[in-house]
Amino acid sequence: MSITPPKDGWFEAPTGFERTWVGLALVWCLLMFLAMPYWHFKGKQNSTGEAYTVTPEAFLERTNRFVETNKTGEKIGGFDVVEPAPGTDIYLAARMWSFHPAVLKLKKDSSYRLHMSSIDLNHGFSLQPMNMNFQIVPGYDHVLTLTPTVAGEYTVLCNEFCGIGHHMMTSRIIVE
Amino acid sequence: MANFKDNEVRTCDTTGLPVCLNAQFFIKLNAVCAVVFLLIGALAAIGLALTRWPAVHLLPADWFYRVLTLHGLNMLIFWILFFEIAILYFCGTTLLNSRLASKKVAWVSWLLMIIGAVSVDVAIFQGNSDVLMTSYVPLKGSPLFYGGIILVAVGTLVGVFNYFGCIYIAKRDKTYEGSVPLVVFGATAAAIIAVGTLLHGAVVMLPTFAWSMGWIETVDPGWYRLIWWALGHSSQQVNVCAMVAVWYLIAYLAVGGKPLNETVCRTAFVFYILFINIASAHHLLVDPGVGTEWKIWNTGYAMYLAVLASMIHGFTVPAAIESAQRGRGYTAGLFTWLAKCPWKNPAFAASFMSMGIFGFIGGITGVTLGTQQINIIAHNTLRIPGHFHATVVGGTTLAFMGLAYYVVPLIFQREYPLKPLARIQPYIFAVGIVFMSLTMSFAGSYGVPRRHWDVEFTGSALGHSFDPGATLMLAGVGVGGTLAFLGLLLFILLTVWAVFLGKSNAGSPMEHWTPPLPPVADEDMEHKTPGAFALVILLLVCFAVYYFANWKALADVWWVR
Ligand code: HEM
Ligand SMILES: [Cu+2]
Ligand SMILES: [Cu+2]
Repeated sequence: MSITPPKDGWFEAPTGFERTWVGLALVWCLLMFLAMPYWHFKGKQNSTGEAYTVTPEAFLERTNRFVETNKTGEKIGGFDVVEPAPGTDIYLAARMWSFHPAVLKLKKDSSYRLHMSSIDLNHGFSLQPMNMNFQIVPGYDHVLTLTPTVAGEYTVLCNEFCGIGHHMMTSRIIVE
Repeated sequence: MANFKDNEVRTCDTTGLPVCLNAQFFIKLNAVCAVVFLLIGALAAIGLALTRWPAVHLLPADWFYRVLTLHGLNMLIFWILFFEIAILYFCGTTLLNSRLASKKVAWVSWLLMIIGAVSVDVAIFQGNSDVLMTSYVPLKGSPLFYGGIILVAVGTLVGVFNYFGCIYIAKRDKTYEGSVPLVVFGATAAAIIAVGTLLHGAVVMLPTFAWSMGWIETVDPGWYRLIWWALGHSSQQVNVCAMVAVWYLIAYLAVGGKPLNETVCRTAFVFYILFINIASAHHLLVDPGVGTEWKIWNTGYAMYLAVLASMIHGFTVPAAIESAQRGRGYTAGLFTWLAKCPWKNPAFAASFMSMGIFGFIGGITGVTLGTQQINIIAHNTLRIPGHFHATVVGGTTLAFMGLAYYVVPLIFQREYPLKPLARIQPYIFAVGIVFMSLTMSFAGSYGVPRRHWDVEFTGSALGHSFDPGATLMLAGVGVGGTLAFLGLLLFILLTVWAVFLGKSNAGSPMEHWTPPLPPVADEDMEHKTPGAFALVILLLVCFAVYYFANWKALADVWWVR
């Protein structure tokens, strides 16, 4: 009984349906566990958490240098378009309430090392409508090795609360 | 041998169990406070639901985040913790035939908690602590805010130690024989996890408090997230444990259900204790600075043994109900026993729906979203609140509501008024929450962020427009949220009415929710539970479909390492 002490000899193995269910559930749990290392080796989408310590000042400086060397002169919505060479390191600095650079142009099927960090609070990197999401934490240079596989125009939203202007924080990635 | 002093005990007129009057006082006190915080949280909830509905967009941005902070803390922390302390005092006394360990300690615990909780709410309304429940540094709240949280955590810890005190004196005075009852075992598991959880709370909040006072320069944001989630997630396991204990309790009170195998149920509780503390990890799956192996080990290995535990309870509780019902003679077919359950008993209805919502929605989504790689397509989207409104609201809160339908008549000795309304209340709430959870999840699958005031991005230089389907789903959040709010309000009104104005039933048994069920004639139905087995097989099928569909969705996004 649930609300009185159990009878003597309550320590016993399960039988019948209960035993079958415990077995099935255990197998299912192990399967789900193995799925993760499997995907780590075979899957194309993994969050490895690769990161380096960085100060906001240093990160902003790297980002500014990156923008200066790679801007095309073209403007979209009043913002410089930045088009880095395929295979290179690219930078995205998040701060209240914008991303810098605001417009990135990438090549389909090329891979880039995307460095993300924050100048102030926690922010989010939410690529829409692809719906890929990563955390941006101040003090950490978070590196994603990213390969855009589908061409199109994407928005990056901030999806970590960062104050009253949180909803205004968007930027553009164009994949050609 | 019971250890009560004279005049400190009464015998329950309904169940014949002894009730320690000191414990009874603190059960009432904590339960009443819990319901007050539930009301504050509910008023906040309707503001949120109507703001996220784009066509209504009720609150301005600053109030949206302020109210979101208020909602998270009053619901997830205050309502739940006060109610859990009440549950612990009940389990540690009545069910052990023993008395409350210390009245003084119970006062200290309550005072710390109430001062803390009021401080937090005051700080939020002062408008300088719009930091949301998680208060990720370097977002800064006022010292009153952090100080309040510390007081609540310490107060709860004191209450938990009072519970351990109850267990100790019951054991010392030999008030029961053999092992503790299963419900007490579950409550103890909850209490043990709570200790670890609350200590993490102290570890993370003390430096943060010092930082808000200006005594120290910085708190590392990555470290903060790690330790905060050791508090934030493990505390959810406290809720799960307490909820499962309530399922067993109500299964017994409402239909006389007994566990088939005590060993299995208890082992499952032990799994929670052993394997949950590292679940902090699954909030950091797309964080920088924590590596793949760490993420997989912590969310995967350990988490899944905790998942196993939930899957076990998901069978054993319905099986307990089924075997009792079959013992009454409802043996036809797979589900006659289920149809013949006392669905007009709101405690039973709430508890059974709590199992369904927790398992089929909360559990399945939780494990899937917490899978290391799948988290990429879910982190910080509305899929996350969609998940936890099915666990901690449709699961824990609904189960606790169900318990209230016994606590008020049995401990407060007051009858609920308007019983027909009380009977439908759990259904209204459950339908609203299910609708809201599902629409939140779908909106999140379209990419809609959580904690976000404006999906139209007013004022942003480079706007974005979501798929029209997302807007439709957000309207669903508004509608489902409103319905859930009405269900919640009904619960609060009925309960407050019952507690303060309800008819006293002291001296006679409570008015039962349903006519007495036939006696359990056949005690030998223990392993004849094909219905419960069919239900869990259905669960497994849904689980597998949802799980693999998510891997499929993940395979379609950009490559990333
Ligand atoms: C009437 C019932 C309820 C409704 C309509 C409701 C609605 C909502 C809404 C719309 C949000 C905001 C989602 C977002 O924009 O990110 C939210 C957040 C939340 N709710 Fe509820 N809720 C209800 C009950 C509860 C209960 C009972 C609990 C806990 C026991 C709870 C815990 C939370 C938490 C922890 C958050 C997240 C806060 C944050 O992001 O900081 N809710 N709820
Ligand atoms: Cu941001
Ligand atoms: Cu933001």
